[in-house]
Amino acid sequence: MKIHEYQAKTLLASFGVPVPKGKTAFNADEAVEAAKGLGLPVVLKAQIHAGGRGKGGGVKLARTIEDVESLAKNMLGMMLKTHQTGPEGRKVRRLLVEQGMDLEGSRELYLAIVVDRVSGAPVFMASSQGGMDIEEVAAKDPKAILKEVIDPAVGFQPFQARKLAFGLGLPPEKLAQSVAFMQALYRAFEGTDSSLLEVNPFLILRDGSYFALDAKINLDDNALFRHENLHQLRDLDEEEPLEVEASKYSLNYIKLDGGTVGCMVNGAGLAMATMDIIKLAGGAPANFLDVGGGANAEQIRNAFRILLADPDVKAVLINIFGGILRCDVLAEGVIAAVRDLGVKVPVVIRMKGNKEEEGKKMLRESGLNFLTADAMNEAAKKVVAAASEGARA
Amino acid sequence: MSVLVDKNTRLLVQGMGKHGTFHAMGCRDYGTKVVGGVTPGKGGGKIEGFPIFNSVHEAVQKTGANCTMIFVPPPGAADAIMEAADAGLPLIVCITEGIPVLDMVKAAEFLKGRTSRLIGPNCPGLISPGEKAKVGILPGHIHMGGPVGVVSRSGTLTYEAVGQLTALGIGQSTCIGIGGDPIIGTNHTSALELFNKDKATKVIVMIGEIGGSAEEDAAAYVKKNVKKPVIGFIAGQTAPPGRRMGHAGAIIAGGKGTAEEKMKAMKAAGITVVRSPADIGAAVAKVLKIKKK
Repeated sequence: MKIHEYQAKTLLASFGVPVPKGKTAFNADEAVEAAKGLGLPVVLKAQIHAGGRGKGGGVKLARTIEDVESLAKNMLGMMLKTHQTGPEGRKVRRLLVEQGMDLEGSRELYLAIVVDRVSGAPVFMASSQGGMDIEEVAAKDPKAILKEVIDPAVGFQPFQARKLAFGLGLPPEKLAQSVAFMQALYRAFEGTDSSLLEVNPFLILRDGSYFALDAKINLDDNALFRHENLHQLRDLDEEEPLEVEASKYSLNYIKLDGGTVGCMVNGAGLAMATMDIIKLAGGAPANFLDVGGGANAEQIRNAFRILLADPDVKAVLINIFGGILRCDVLAEGVIAAVRDLGVKVPVVIRMKGNKEEEGKKMLRESGLNFLTADAMNEAAKKVVAAASEGARA
Repeated sequence: MSVLVDKNTRLLVQGMGKHGTFHAMGCRDYGTKVVGGVTPGKGGGKIEGFPIFNSVHEAVQKTGANCTMIFVPPPGAADAIMEAADAGLPLIVCITEGIPVLDMVKAAEFLKGRTSRLIGPNCPGLISPGEKAKVGILPGHIHMGGPVGVVSRSGTLTYEAVGQLTALGIGQSTCIGIGGDPIIGTNHTSALELFNKDKATKVIVMIGEIGGSAEEDAAAYVKKNVKKPVIGFIAGQTAPPGRRMGHAGAIIAGGKGTAEEKMKAMKAAGITVVRSPADIGAAVAKVLKIKKK
C-alpha cells in the first residue's frame, strides 16, 4: 500500500527520525493558517502517490502569505503530471505546508531500505548523490550506491551504519548522529512492515542538523493485518475506482490504458499470459483481472460487473483453467451475470480442466449467445475480431 | 524417475482446516502416501482418516514423514515453515498466499544452514505423475508421466502448459510451481539444477514472469551447465511498469524485470523462447520430434 509523503513523515517522526515541521491543508485557508503557524517562508508540496512532483510543478516555495494563498489555490485541484502519473496526471487534493529550509551550504544525500529478492533480506542503500533520480544514478554509476545487507535475526547494526556514514563522507564528529538517524529509519521500516522506505533527499544543513526532507514508504499489504493504525492511511482517491471496487471482493483488477478487450482469468500468471496473447492476436487488453484460485459464482458475477463498468471494453475474454476452481461454478456465475447485467458486448469463453464438460453444457443450454473456444490462441483471435467489430459499430 | 517427490514420499499436512483437509484428500486420491496432519491443540484425533498431531516433531516421530505441505493462514505460516525445518523435514512445500515479506525474510534466514528445502510460498506445489506423487493443489488429472520437467512461478499458467503437453501425448517427469512471491525457497536456477541431474528429464520447460532477476540468473546457469533442451516463456510482456500484477513478485520496477530483458537473456543462453503461451506444448513437441495429432 502506498501512502502520502506527509503520512510517511509522521510515521518517521514517531520512530525518532527528524523531519521538517509541517501541516496538511485541504484548502487555501488551511494552507494560510499552517503558514502562519510555521512562519515564512514555507514550501507547499502537492500530496499525490507519485514521484517526480517537483519537476511537474507540485513543489513551490512561498515567501509571503499572499503567495501561500495564491499558490495553494492554484495547486489544489490541479492535474499534476509527472513521469509516474500517466499523461492525464493526478488531481491534487491535499498539500503539505512545510517550514522552508535554508539550503545554502547544505548537502543532499540518499537513504533507502528495501527487501532485496536476491539476498532474501532487507538491504540498506545509501548514496551521496541525493535529490536526483536514484535509478539514473544506479544505471550510470552503480558504485555510487552503497549497500549493506541486513541480517534479519539481529537487525541493522551500528557498525553497518558507520560503514555507510564513512562511505557517504559524513563528518566524523557527527558519527553518533548519523548512526542514530539510520537506525531510526530501520526501526521505522521494521516497525511498519514496509517493503520500501526511501528518504530522498536526506538533508544535512550547514549547521549540521539532519532532516528527512522527502519520504516515501510502501507498506506490505500482507502485513497490514497486524497494524490496525496503518489501515486508515489508505487514500482511496489515489486509486482507480474500479480497482477499489474489485478489492472489496478479493479480486485483483488493474485497469490498462488504451485496451478494448476485457479479460477475466484465474491466476496471475495466466492472466498476464492472456494479456500477452491478446496483444499477439493484434488486440489490446483493457485490464488485468485475476479472480483467484477458488472463486465462487458471486465473485465471478462481481468480476463481470467491474469488467463491464469500463466503457472502453468492446468484447470480453474469459480464460479459466479449472484447477481448484470448477468450470461449472464459473459457467453458473457467468450465466447469472450476463442475465442480470444485460451484457451487450460479445463474450468469448475458454475453459479447461475441472468439470469442463459440465460447464460447457451449461453455457450451451443457457440460450445466451456466448462464443466459445478450445485453445488459448483461438480464443484470443475470436475476441480480438469481436472487439474490433464492436469498436466499428 | 522424477525429482523431489516420488513413491517414497510420506506427506504431512500442516494446517488441517477446510483447505488443508480438502487437498490432503486430493493428494491421497492421486496416490500419494499422506501420513497425517498437524493442528496444534487438536492432536490425538482423526480428520477424514488422517491422524492429527500437535506438533511437526511428534508427527515426524510417529509417522516417518519426509515431506510437508503447509496450509496454515498467513499470520502463522512462516512459523509453520520454521517448525517443519526444525523437525528436520527434507522437503517443505508452503501453499499459503499472503505471508508478510518480513516474516519470509526471517524464515529464509532460519532455513540457512539447515537441511530442508522449501518450495514456495504462494505456490501450487509439485507433482511427479509417473510416480503418482502429488504435493499441493495441482489438478492431477491433467498430468501424465514422461520426459518433461516443468518449473514455473505461476499456478494456472503451469496447468495451461501441462495441459498442452498432455494433449500432445507428452508426459512430465516432475512439475514444480515455485511461487509468485519476492522471497521463495527454491528458485528457477535451483529447480533447473535438479532437472539437469535427473536422468528421466529430457526436456525442461521454464515459465517465468516479470519482476526480479531470477530468470536472468537461471539463463546464466543454463548457458554454463545445461545440455538438455530448455523451452522458455515469460508472462507479462504487455504489463505496464510500476503495477504489481497479482503476484507480489510480479512488478517491473525502476526499468528492471521486464519481459523483454528476460527473454533476451534466455535466448542468449540458448533457450528456445516462445512469445505466445499457446506455443509451449508445440515447442516441446518439436524438440522431442513428436508430430501433432
